[in-house]
Amino acid sequence: MSTPGRAAMTALDLAGEVRSGRRTAVAALEDCLAAIAADDPEVHAFNHVMVDEARAAASSVDRKVMAGDDAGPLGGVPVALKDNLCTRGVPTTCSSRILDGWLPPYDATVVTSLRAAGAVLIGKTNLDEFAMGSSTENSAFGPSRNPLDLSRVPGGSSGGSAAAVAAGFAPLALGSDTGGSIRQPAALCGVVGVKPTYGLVSRFGLIAFASSLDQIGPLATTVADAALLLDVIAGHDPLDSTCLSGQLPAARAKLDGGVDGIRVGVVTELATAEGIAPDVSARLREAAEALANAGAKVDEVSVPAAVYGLSAYYVIAPAEASSNLARYDGVRYGLRVPAEDIGSMYGATRAAGFGAEVKRRIMLGTYALSAGYYDAYYGQAQRVRTLIIRDFESAYESYDVLLGPTAPTTAFRLGAKTADPLAMYLSDVCTIASNLAGHPAMSVPFGTGDDGLPVGVQVLAPALGETVMFQVAAAVEAVAPPRTPPKQGIEAR
Amino acid sequence: MSPQSTEWETVIGLEVHCELRTETKLFCGCRNAFGDEPNTNICPICLGLPGSLPVLNRTAVEYAMRIGTALHCQVKPSIFHRKNYFYPDMPKDYQITQYDEPINVDGWLEPPGGSRVGILRAHLEEDTGKTTHVGGGGRIHEATHSLVDYNRAGVPLVEIVSHPDLRSAEASRAYVDELRAILVATGASDGKMEEGSLRVDANVSVRPSGSSDLGTRCEIKNMNSLRSLGRAIEFEAARQIELLEQGGRVVQETRHWNEADGRTHSMRSKEEAFDYRYFPEPDLVPVAPSAEWVEAVRAALGLLPAERRARVASAAGLAPDADAVVTVVRLDLDSLVMAAAGVGADVGLAVKRLANEVAAEMDGAHHLDPDAFCQLVLLEGRGELTTAQARTVLKHLLDHGGDPRAIANELGFEAMASDELGGAIDEVIGAHPDEWKRFVAGEDKLQGLFIGKVKAATHGKADLKAVAALLQERRKG
Repeated sequence: MSTPGRAAMTALDLAGEVRSGRRTAVAALEDCLAAIAADDPEVHAFNHVMVDEARAAASSVDRKVMAGDDAGPLGGVPVALKDNLCTRGVPTTCSSRILDGWLPPYDATVVTSLRAAGAVLIGKTNLDEFAMGSSTENSAFGPSRNPLDLSRVPGGSSGGSAAAVAAGFAPLALGSDTGGSIRQPAALCGVVGVKPTYGLVSRFGLIAFASSLDQIGPLATTVADAALLLDVIAGHDPLDSTCLSGQLPAARAKLDGGVDGIRVGVVTELATAEGIAPDVSARLREAAEALANAGAKVDEVSVPAAVYGLSAYYVIAPAEASSNLARYDGVRYGLRVPAEDIGSMYGATRAAGFGAEVKRRIMLGTYALSAGYYDAYYGQAQRVRTLIIRDFESAYESYDVLLGPTAPTTAFRLGAKTADPLAMYLSDVCTIASNLAGHPAMSVPFGTGDDGLPVGVQVLAPALGETVMFQVAAAVEAVAPPRTPPKQGIEAR
Repeated sequence: MSPQSTEWETVIGLEVHCELRTETKLFCGCRNAFGDEPNTNICPICLGLPGSLPVLNRTAVEYAMRIGTALHCQVKPSIFHRKNYFYPDMPKDYQITQYDEPINVDGWLEPPGGSRVGILRAHLEEDTGKTTHVGGGGRIHEATHSLVDYNRAGVPLVEIVSHPDLRSAEASRAYVDELRAILVATGASDGKMEEGSLRVDANVSVRPSGSSDLGTRCEIKNMNSLRSLGRAIEFEAARQIELLEQGGRVVQETRHWNEADGRTHSMRSKEEAFDYRYFPEPDLVPVAPSAEWVEAVRAALGLLPAERRARVASAAGLAPDADAVVTVVRLDLDSLVMAAAGVGADVGLAVKRLANEVAAEMDGAHHLDPDAFCQLVLLEGRGELTTAQARTVLKHLLDHGGDPRAIANELGFEAMASDELGGAIDEVIGAHPDEWKRFVAGEDKLQGLFIGKVKAATHGKADLKAVAALLQERRKG
């Protein structure tokens, strides 16, 4: 099986080739489209491939280059978009039946930024319905598979985006991360995944799951590529009131800065959290040692609140989701199941339109916000959130970045956790605290587990600490064992 | 105390929803306008489309601050909450509103002649769309289908909640009347009840007179005018009293005022009691107006109705709650009073003309030239026009405008020279020698006869006050 575009070139290199005219954007795109045509029927990374739009965008980039105009920092680079990012006139489904037939009349701000940067938007990637899940098995359109081992999940909820990058369908992808939904699939697919500081990237046009936790971020094959993409999408947006303004960090500022003298704290509670597999722990320790060898000051540090996040998260996120998803009522757009009266129509539409996990979280959240329970659940969860922030801030007084595992295990088999929601929720135990704190964190591939599948190491940083986070991530990448082609994936055939 | 002998007191608190007259909606750039084609002032944000986010309208915040300041509220840092419930005219199936941290708290309002009513809060929120039920005479249960217009969805509202300080339908009407005047004076609202830019809900309960406990209240909705507000409160209070006197119990519920049958009707059954699941709106950040901004809003606030009444009253030597003063300010005619005061005209006379003749013809009042009005009051005050003539000229001014002196001349109202008047009086005296002797001898009631004769002889041109004065002069010799 021929997969010409796969991992052949980073986004940075490709953009350089296109800019210099050595390669056309159209040719680069066609390689990706060929890879998708060949392998996506099995991987199912995409809900929708934007063939015509992508070809038009690539031609436009080539014309600019021919005319001697600036093609932009991502000129000619195919980028895949998680299918919860609104694209004007292109189906945007959240992998849910409830949005059946809906075409957004507008682009998400990140989509506008990508177009302006010359990116070629190649398609909409599969996700757990409304980003609720850790395996991309909760998609109404069927699961995505891990391109490194088709019997395994790619993680989730941005599993389609992680799989697309890992499979070489696109050098870059955007995901969204509410409790680990970029970092965990990045770890499971052996790519780089970043959750930026809350407010660094506009959420306008990101279909909300949990508004106070959601953040859009990049997936890429390298740390430098992820930085390139983040710098394109970051920045103030007047359409998002929670979007930060003022001096914002550049991800690419110190990629070559090394780690000499950088203070790195390995978070005890994350390293020893419930369910962390021995091979994952081993890679984390090796990464810490390698950083120490590279000149970093590495210590263990206790951040007790780092793992209290899971229960707070599973109150706050469903509570916000129960409200965010109320609008899918069959009145204005998407699915409508006709019924006798408005109440029955609401019920029938939502019963048919939402999958089991979404319904479970709507019910959890509705309960948590109910009169008489609000303070015990939502109120208490917000207090835990404050404690988490305090604990992290106190750790960052002594450390520039923190280190932990990204996911407890390597990619698990399809169906392994679908019957046990709590086991699935535990996939996010190491990633959730950053969302609750609003801090940035990213996953960098570091070796493999006993099964030969990739392991991710997570670099955590204080709010707006993207520069140092990427600096350390680049160092982790530099000292990581060489990535070996997996045995069970699409490349093996 | 037997039930029959119980005296009842009605306790009323009002919730007034006031649409702000901002150019654009509360969270998006769509036009805020009444009466446009349905679903023309809409966008992804006010339609609550997936992925859209609200951005707070600064002018709406400023208008809310103006209202709070005018109501003597404390203007505070505030946050927004989501009020969750399903309704087709609410695009997101939640309303963005303020809950336990509203922008304005603890104010008061004092209607003219009434007592002070406490304001609990005046908070910002978004309006819903408008549902029209088609078929079945517009009633939801009989409708074949419903149409929704989202033009109003996201229009900024300030909800003003009073303490339960009102004790009668009349006081409630006076409260809303004064509140409306204040809202209009701040420039934040057009105060039009008929267009729904002012909507009033009433919480009504009754209790035995002298009791300090509150009875169980009912919330009355759907009153479209001050008149129906008064009627609804009176009906509801009577209904509750009758219920209690018969040994029944008031059920806390929302009731719908039906203008046609003059009754309130239960709207929702107990099973449908709503739990709105309020929680802080995560898509918006706290609103924390700076002290400078709050002060700038206070400083820029124009004169409020109470201040305008005080100004008119003081200039005219009347009480601030005198009917004529209240009327003149309510009808926005007080600038004419102040203009008259400015040219040294009789201010009391100006107030009288405005509260009577001008108030009766408000269409003309909008075009009334202040200079012309002042001239008229001066002419009447100097006795150059009689009261009757002044009214005629004023009517002319209201209908056609013009110069009062020219109009008077045209109508043959030129003032009688005093020698001309004196001549007329002497003629009348000469024609009635017996009556004149009796008048001089002290028969005062004959003055009326002489005034009447002079009036007839001069064809009504004589200033009757002047006639009386000349008669007295001649009587003394």
